[in-house]
Amino acid sequence: MSQISRPLSPHLQVYRWAVSNTLSILHRMTGVALSIGAIALVGWLLALAAGQASFLQLSELLSGFIGQLLLLGWSFAFFYHLCNGIRHLAWDIDRGFDKHFARKSGLVVVSLSVLLTAAFWVVALTGGAA
Amino acid sequence: MNLKSPLGSALGQGSANSGTEHFWGQRLSAVALVPLTIWFAVALLGMPGLDYYTVSAWAAAPLHAILLSLLVIALVYHSALGTQVVAEDYIHTPGSRLVVLAFLRLAHIVLAAAGIFSVFLIATRAGA
Repeated sequence: MSQISRPLSPHLQVYRWAVSNTLSILHRMTGVALSIGAIALVGWLLALAAGQASFLQLSELLSGFIGQLLLLGWSFAFFYHLCNGIRHLAWDIDRGFDKHFARKSGLVVVSLSVLLTAAFWVVALTGGAA
Repeated sequence: MNLKSPLGSALGQGSANSGTEHFWGQRLSAVALVPLTIWFAVALLGMPGLDYYTVSAWAAAPLHAILLSLLVIALVYHSALGTQVVAEDYIHTPGSRLVVLAFLRLAHIVLAAAGIFSVFLIATRAGA
């Protein structure tokens, strides 16, 4: 009933695509991906609680190709959302909000999250840090 | 023309004391998740294997069970607030927005209950 087509303010397409907005939408996308990951984490705990058979079943599912692909995606999403989240928290206390610095810190966040993801998987696949 | 008094139109719209609740909850859970998630990732890497007995014994240790519960609580709360904003931003039809928001809220409550209760079961089964 209330769908009157009023003129809209300048919309997304009038803005040039930049680092800041790309990383902003990536923060959202990784956040949604991690929400789905939270279901997997709780499922993992549920399987562990349910007993050996169900835990083994889930472990086999996760060590398959699709399972490993999902875990790789979630691990990158996690490291990105973590690093960029800290960047957001710094903004909340008014640190690093300068345009040029924010661009640089964004690039640092992307490199760091790729690096952390790689390091995580190297340690995981070469058999434990301890 | 609006015949409502200024007070009448302001009542029930929230106050400065409650409007920041979502913002504050999102930040607080974010700060809590930094050490909790890093602890979890490091613990996963540090385990000699991810088989049933190793993971069970690890998760059943009181400190680990408490930290796992806190991780579930902070993660689910942060996810509930985050997905709520996403739904509010992109769903413009009032009806479907209400349905999605209600579904998200209930799904997150289920997730929290399932996660915490699982940790409780693991800790009490293998304990002592």
